[in-house]
Amino acid sequence: MAFDIARLVGYGIVLLIIAYPLGHYMARVFGGESTWLTPVLRPVERVIYRLAGIDADQEMPWTVYAISLLLFNFACFTLLYLMLRLQGVLPLNPTHAVGMSPDLAFNTAVSFVSNTNWQAYAGETAASHLLQMAGFTWQNFISASTGVAIAIAFIRGLTRREVRAIGNFWVDLTRTWLYIMAPICIVLALFYVSQGTVQTLAAQVNVKTVEGAAQVLRVGPVASQEAIKELGTNGGGFFNANSAHPFENPTPLTDFLQVLAVLAIPAGLTFTFGKMSGNIKQGVVVFAAMALLFATSVGIMYGFERAGNPNLTRAGADQVASATQTGGNTEGKEVRFGIEESALYGSVTTVASNGAVDGSISSMTPLAGGMAMLNISLGEVVFGGVGAGLYGMLVFAILAVFIAGLMVGRTPEYLGKKIGPKEMKLAMFAVLALEAGILVLSAVAVVTPAGLAGRLSAGPHGLSEILYAFASGVGNNGSAFAGLNAGTLFYTTTVGIAMLIGRYLFIVPVLAIAGSMGAKKQVPPSAGTFPTDTPLFVGLLVGVVLIVGALTFFPVFALGPILEHLLMHSGVLF
Amino acid sequence: MNKYVLASIRMALVTLVLLGLVYPLAVTGLAQLLMPAQADGSLITRGGVTVGSSLIGQLFTGAKYFHGRPSAAGGDGYDGTASGASNLAPTSKALVDRVKAAVASETAENPGLVPGSVPVDMVTASGSGLDPDITLANAYAQVARVAAARGLTDAAVRTQVDTVAQGRDLGVLGEPRVNVLRLNLALDDLK
Repeated sequence: MAFDIARLVGYGIVLLIIAYPLGHYMARVFGGESTWLTPVLRPVERVIYRLAGIDADQEMPWTVYAISLLLFNFACFTLLYLMLRLQGVLPLNPTHAVGMSPDLAFNTAVSFVSNTNWQAYAGETAASHLLQMAGFTWQNFISASTGVAIAIAFIRGLTRREVRAIGNFWVDLTRTWLYIMAPICIVLALFYVSQGTVQTLAAQVNVKTVEGAAQVLRVGPVASQEAIKELGTNGGGFFNANSAHPFENPTPLTDFLQVLAVLAIPAGLTFTFGKMSGNIKQGVVVFAAMALLFATSVGIMYGFERAGNPNLTRAGADQVASATQTGGNTEGKEVRFGIEESALYGSVTTVASNGAVDGSISSMTPLAGGMAMLNISLGEVVFGGVGAGLYGMLVFAILAVFIAGLMVGRTPEYLGKKIGPKEMKLAMFAVLALEAGILVLSAVAVVTPAGLAGRLSAGPHGLSEILYAFASGVGNNGSAFAGLNAGTLFYTTTVGIAMLIGRYLFIVPVLAIAGSMGAKKQVPPSAGTFPTDTPLFVGLLVGVVLIVGALTFFPVFALGPILEHLLMHSGVLF
Repeated sequence: MNKYVLASIRMALVTLVLLGLVYPLAVTGLAQLLMPAQADGSLITRGGVTVGSSLIGQLFTGAKYFHGRPSAAGGDGYDGTASGASNLAPTSKALVDRVKAAVASETAENPGLVPGSVPVDMVTASGSGLDPDITLANAYAQVARVAAARGLTDAAVRTQVDTVAQGRDLGVLGEPRVNVLRLNLALDDLK
């Protein structure tokens, strides 16, 4: 136990060591400054702009930025949708996957364009190699780069003075994947292969097992997708079992690199924000608030998984840790990862809106699984998706200064900009759209036969399956209490809508706030200014996230995970 | 407006080619050139026949072989085309019944193993359904059965378990484990 805690703390330290310089590097990239990769990549960047026919020197007001982004995302959606429908007749289809039905193709295309990677299909049979590469790998880069672009535009809006332009969408998008993601992914992918992650254009290997049975192993171009799957906080697995599958995540070392890759950019962006705002402490404050919430989540998930499931003990299993076994709740977990890496992976991927799993979240003990769901429900602002986590948390920062202003009678200001009614309305709209999306869609599911029919479990766990699906959709996370049958018309449609709400009803107000703040004058700090670079503000920010997020969901959580926890201890089964 | 639509479509196509085709195909080329054994699935061959992958578990039922964990992949388990977990709830009756049945059969098969002392990984399904490993406790619990079936001493089989067992990666990451396929092949190679 002490060893496990030391390892978890070690993870945090390694993450910080990576994120801090990465954050500074990203600030240079988006500031247009020269980096060590510039001599190689700058010519490539120019060719891309020429091929796409865009003017890279023109900065955009928020409206043009938003329109470019939405049109681009729609073009990507349309292309992906068509490829999914037609994959049966397209090349690179060695497994003879057939074209997806309209509702499943809609769900899947929305899922990958919105950086959710919710998967209502099983990867090894339902998607061709062409789709895995030119569909999903492509969108893993693009949806992640879109998120980062928005975050950078938002930072510019907060930090610029009396300028209407918030950057050029095409440049922010291209620089994200070209200077940051692709170079890291090539190195990561090759390292994963060295550990055993497969990377081939073949479709399967036929095995005659030691006992003489036939076993078919699915293979494919996995490592290249695996690398961006974590780094871009996407999470969609090549295989149904996702990162529990040994061909995606063969060793504890690859597992550790995956959890580092997930949080590297979201954590790094807090320092990018600090650097771009001219006061690194502003970024450190945001990082600290995220780190506090994250550490709590890891502790809770580890603690309950370590303690195990009393029902398994009653059935005759030994869950006590010893020199020869890890013990704990091992249902749905891989031996090589054990409790510590599985709990860490579960926490990292749910705070970061990364739908990857290295084991079954549904089979976790109720409060560990409930914590995963709470991580998502908080709005994916605890590090969060690449870019999305930072702009989400900055929206909460704006709420926090406003609430602080009300409490002590000070004018709400953030980074020297006065926050007016317009920004408050936009921020509240964004936050409420997410929460209403989760609760209303879940409510629809629990009162309709089609919604109830999808459950694997009865009792409170069945409610959790439904609630998790919509939290995951709206939060653009993509993981699931996977007992739920997500492939029905009801769930492909409603979760598809949830993903659209979570992505675009948040993005547009965020860009509008950026535009409105950017145009404002910067006022010098006065005696009435509430400082936002102090430990006090960390506490305030954490408090606002918890009050807004947790209280909204407490009633329904009481009926799901909390009730199931109590019933588990009294041995009630469903 | 047309200008923006056209730029969107062109940028989508350019990135699709670069990130969706050039990047994965370049990685495939490099991986196949530098590390073909791993890139193809870390396959193990015996007498020209591919008997498995060192990373993927397979079904063992005979008494003389160590058994892997229960598997939720496919109907019979260890189906390489249907990876997945059971996803059963911690309060699921189906889960508890399955664990009880596994406890009953494991304690019947393995001398010295009694209910209450059955290693938890021995009776719970993995996340992938293809877990290649078992814990040391699980392996030790099967030693007496395997030794009897092979006419070996317990000590000889235990030595094989300890030889095949892997420690943590880099000394700190993950958990100690025993690869079931490697262990069974090592036992078959003894003769």
